[in-house]
Amino acid sequence: MLELQHVSAHYGPIQALAEVDLVVRAGEIVTLIGANGAGKSTLMTTLFGTPRASSGRILLEGEDITALPPHRIARRGMALVPEGRRVFAKMSVYENLLLGATPLDGAHVEENLRRVFSLFPVLETRRAQRAGTLSGGEQQMLAIGRALMSEPRLLLLDEPSLGLAPLVIRTIFRTIVALNREHGLTILLVEQNARQALKIAHRGYVLQNGRIVLEGSGAALLADPQVRAAYLDAAS
Amino acid sequence: MGYALQQLINGLTLGATYGLIAIGYTMVYGIIGMINFAHGEIYMIGAFLSVLTYVLCTALGLGPTPLVLLAMLFVSIAFTALYGWAVERIAYRPLRGAPRLAPLISAIGMSIFLQNYVQLTQGARIKSVPPLWQGSLSLWSADDFPVTIGWTQLTVVVVTLIVMTGFAWMITRTAFGRQQRACEQDPKMAALLGIDVDRTISLTFIIGAALAAVAGMMAVLQYGVIDFTIGFIAGIKAFTAAVLGGIGSIPGAMLGGLLIGLVEAFWSAYLSPEYKDVATFSILVLVLLFRPTGLLGKPDVEKV
Ligand SMILES: Nc1ncnc2c1ncn2[C@@H]1O[C@H](COP(=O)(O)OP(=O)(O)O)[C@@H](O)[C@H]1O
Ligand SMILES: [Mg+2]
Repeated sequence: MLELQHVSAHYGPIQALAEVDLVVRAGEIVTLIGANGAGKSTLMTTLFGTPRASSGRILLEGEDITALPPHRIARRGMALVPEGRRVFAKMSVYENLLLGATPLDGAHVEENLRRVFSLFPVLETRRAQRAGTLSGGEQQMLAIGRALMSEPRLLLLDEPSLGLAPLVIRTIFRTIVALNREHGLTILLVEQNARQALKIAHRGYVLQNGRIVLEGSGAALLADPQVRAAYLDAAS
Repeated sequence: MGYALQQLINGLTLGATYGLIAIGYTMVYGIIGMINFAHGEIYMIGAFLSVLTYVLCTALGLGPTPLVLLAMLFVSIAFTALYGWAVERIAYRPLRGAPRLAPLISAIGMSIFLQNYVQLTQGARIKSVPPLWQGSLSLWSADDFPVTIGWTQLTVVVVTLIVMTGFAWMITRTAFGRQQRACEQDPKMAALLGIDVDRTISLTFIIGAALAAVAGMMAVLQYGVIDFTIGFIAGIKAFTAAVLGGIGSIPGAMLGGLLIGLVEAFWSAYLSPEYKDVATFSILVLVLLFRPTGLLGKPDVEKV
């Protein structure tokens, strides 16, 4: 589904990703964990060409997307729920969802709206409300719903649990699992909340200073002493 | 009383033009965070293009019929939009990401270039169009002062209302309008949703220029005379209107335009017509000093 081959990325002179190799196969939940500043968000946005990979190749469903402009990449079945949600605060919930449907140029809007509303009923009741006035959890649901409006085959989630109450986090994680198991959506999940992420993931990667230092099945990484010391014990 | 009512009508007509130009300032500011200093010149070019179309029609033996007016409007809109597009491509796009001073200077350069270009190709003397239709509608007579609205004034108000309504509908109700607002709020996120931000910026300049073309044509109808310098003063006044309404706010630009028109009309009528421009500029200074966010603008707390 998605393959990164020796991908590096820079912000000016600062190297944020170094020779990253990463694979996400169809039907998987893959998680990427790592400390703050390790380059997780950069990896997500580099997939969309911002910043553009300074070397290496990115393949989406076998096609090289490394040099495509961001808005073209977004039309190829990959949708991002960005760090910090980035909903359009001044627009209504409904308008935010419609914007999510941009890659389909307005096709299947009604069906996809129904699917999103059945996944997150609260969004339907808040349909006309300005997104900026939603709670953090509701905004996260909106960001996920907005991404789903484009019928992605690969969903990228960047720290969806950030700053949310435990109860809301559980809902979000349950939704992620359901999207994968019931709807067959392939998912790449970035999380600070490493324990929970590894529990639901088929496989995981550990990113450190822009490099992949470990990879393995979710269970193996959960049991790995290095991972436990660095990302699990300290966090909980 | 009648005299004041008359000024109200004059002010609203004047303000309609300023409002149309102000929308272009405010939209461009909204999406790229910069003032388009060549926008006054775009308005001037719009006025010239409508005069040129009129001259062409006359040469073809067509009189000042409604059809000719429509031709003036649409030819002017089409070509002025092209100039607006070119301003973005030449003065702004190559400098995206450069320090803010760079596009500011290139836009001022563009403005000077366009003025000289029109002066060279069209001559420095004023161009005039005979009043296309005369007469006025007598509304009522208050305190023995007949309140009238000229047919051209009425045309200006009606055309502006139609154009602004259509424009407001486009921004608030259509997919393009939604995408335009999305680019304004968070261009990076907009791109991640598959929106072509560069194209949206181009279209924003094009729309702003089209509205300025309408304003240019309205000025031709009202005053009948133009020259290559009219973009400067009108530009500053419309800019003041945009700042007064709250730069970045489209309803603000419309409101600001009307207020500036009213101030100018009443100032000319009751104080001194010679100093009417001073009134506008004083407003600009006062707003910038005491309420830089304008009447309908909000402090940028929501912008990330
Ligand atoms: N827009 C940017 N400009 C410059 N440096 C950046 C930018 N975004 C991130 N960085 C740097 O790149 C590195 C990786 O950041 P990021 O990808 O946000 O990490 P993570 O998501 O893992 O916390 C950090 O050192 C960060 O300071
Ligand atoms: Mg991050």
